[in-house]
Amino acid sequence: MNTIINFIFAAIKAGAPLLFGTTGEILTQKAGNLNLGVEGLMYMGAFMGFMTGFYTNSVTLALLAAFGAGAFGSLIYAFLTVTLKANQNVTGLTLTIFGTGFANFFGEMLIASTHGGAPKLSPDFSAKLSELIIPVLSDLPFVGRALFSHNLLVYLALVIAFICWFYLKHTRAGLNLRATGENPAAADASGLNVNRIKYINIMLGGGICGIGGAYISLINGNGVWNNGCINGQGWIAVALVIFASWSPAKAITGSLVFGAFTIFQVRAGEFAATFPPLAFLSSIPNAFYVMLPFLVTALVLIITSIRQKREGAQPASCGVNYYREER
Amino acid sequence: MKRIISIVMAAALIFCAALLPSCSQSKVSDDFKVGVIHIGDPGAGSGYSFAHDQGIVAMQKNLGLKDDQIIRKNNIADSDAAATKTAMEECIEAGCKIIFGTSWGYMETMAELAKEYPDVIFSHATGYMSNDTNFNNYFGRIYQARYLAGIAAGLKTKTNKIGYVAAMGIDNSEVTGGLNAFAKGIAAVNPDAKVYVKVTNTWFSVDLESQAAEALLDMGCDVIGQHCDTTAPQLAAEKRGVWGCGYNSDMTSEAPKAHLTAPIWDWGVYYTAAVKAASEGKWKEFGNYFGGLKENFVDISPLSANCADNTKEIIDQVKKLIVDGEFGVFDGKQVKIEGTKVSLIDEALKDNKGNEIVKAGGECLKDSDITGKINWYYANVIEG
Repeated sequence: MNTIINFIFAAIKAGAPLLFGTTGEILTQKAGNLNLGVEGLMYMGAFMGFMTGFYTNSVTLALLAAFGAGAFGSLIYAFLTVTLKANQNVTGLTLTIFGTGFANFFGEMLIASTHGGAPKLSPDFSAKLSELIIPVLSDLPFVGRALFSHNLLVYLALVIAFICWFYLKHTRAGLNLRATGENPAAADASGLNVNRIKYINIMLGGGICGIGGAYISLINGNGVWNNGCINGQGWIAVALVIFASWSPAKAITGSLVFGAFTIFQVRAGEFAATFPPLAFLSSIPNAFYVMLPFLVTALVLIITSIRQKREGAQPASCGVNYYREER
Repeated sequence: MKRIISIVMAAALIFCAALLPSCSQSKVSDDFKVGVIHIGDPGAGSGYSFAHDQGIVAMQKNLGLKDDQIIRKNNIADSDAAATKTAMEECIEAGCKIIFGTSWGYMETMAELAKEYPDVIFSHATGYMSNDTNFNNYFGRIYQARYLAGIAAGLKTKTNKIGYVAAMGIDNSEVTGGLNAFAKGIAAVNPDAKVYVKVTNTWFSVDLESQAAEALLDMGCDVIGQHCDTTAPQLAAEKRGVWGCGYNSDMTSEAPKAHLTAPIWDWGVYYTAAVKAASEGKWKEFGNYFGGLKENFVDISPLSANCADNTKEIIDQVKKLIVDGEFGVFDGKQVKIEGTKVSLIDEALKDNKGNEIVKAGGECLKDSDITGKINWYYANVIEG
């Protein structure tokens, strides 16, 4: 039983940064812009969040800085693709390279400037982000440990994903956003300011990605800055957008599934040892579990394209720049 | 009188001039240039390229080289053969007589260039290719240091479960050999302890390494060893209030409450010896280099205050056995400890499936087997 509880706990913890990245990217794509720079945005958020936390000891400021860094990165993207109509794929890829370089360059300086080459958050700061003990809930059997004793940012990820789901599904602004992503010309004709909607949502989405990066540097790094810390998670978030079929609500389960696959790499042996019928798990090579999220994403893509349902498909104008003059 | 004085002075001068070469014997001539190919940025302040570059800096100091005698090529991806070749040819053009390639992937390019430029010495870290004239490889017996770290871990554990975050699986001899040495060191002081291994399949991943460490901690492990590049496993151990042994650098600065000791390298030992041999024309006798505790090429970082009582007394004695060549880690012997008394007994080296690798009292594995053929786990190792 403990094996399962610890597994769920670890899967949620591993899925949370993906949930930030995915939610952010969903908002961006809903505005009709495919931003492949999630990895870069997460890097920028990771570094700015860490550095701010390191120097100010304030979790709030660290998260705001991470959000700001992500929003700033995506502002560059928005300016290039929305205003200057640059190719979205190329701009996104460039942003990934830029963000990675940004974090590693300044990360290097941070490392060089700290005593012993190990920039470490204060115990005080880390304590604020340690696993919570919620009265009553944390003491519940099974679910107490698995669901109700996570760090603050896990719940923040859930809240943001929920708000974004509500925003997209049940508010007028969300409807306008979806209209812009589906058919910017029609949205424009109905009197919406397409560029403003794109700018706002791309930046919001980028900021959320930035917090996801901060999650990795503040929580997963256990309080020490590491260059190269994001290590491809941004790309997994992009795949997860497809897996979640552009719905923040589905992204919650999706990130849990992806987190579980990641954790399986290091815990399959435990399952095999605890449950004899699952003994075959330990004979499957690790590489298979690494491959699983992408395999499942490919399957989801195949299934959705066969079903050809309008719901849960990529926003129609996603990836295509909007030229008002060609209306 | 004046003439006599001037003759004496001139004679003295000639005498001094004649003395000069013998005074500066350890000095390398001014036109001897050294090339270094780094995979990363040596200015990083920590990490792999930094550690190598500290070795180069130490060599420069030991041998009195000027700054312009060392040519560094940084951030050369070792998967990019063309970039590797260009970087090395630039070094040769600049007059380098010896070129160090610090990463595995430079190997084949160096083998090729060694044929093309017979006057230049190519020295490659971590690989297995070499020739008898101008291409060697260098690496170290880090497993000896890991054995010592294993003793510290075995003395510390209370749950008798020790975790190990391994970058690569059983088929990687470097990682598996290091793990086996660590496990054998544990077995010497604590026959009941088991070593649990989690493989991340990457040299560097903050997430996977901390996830692997957390999985081990959830299983009840209370000392976490590692063969991977980040400090995440040690920090995860510290967070749970237990202990660990890092790698590559003294991770006590990152995890002061958890860290026991870490196997570390001193690349300067090799770089000094190699440049000295090359500049004195003694390269032919130098050959491949596989230094260990004896050469001070590998060691463990100073034992932290977290270590169990008597750890230092025991490790010092075991270290002496290894340095004196009485104990080779991968041989048919094992260290026996009673109190703080250390002795050697004959014991077969067995894997965790019961197969005998070396019979009791048998000879140590050959170096080529240690670097390339350790594809089994030591008796107390559990995969998963």
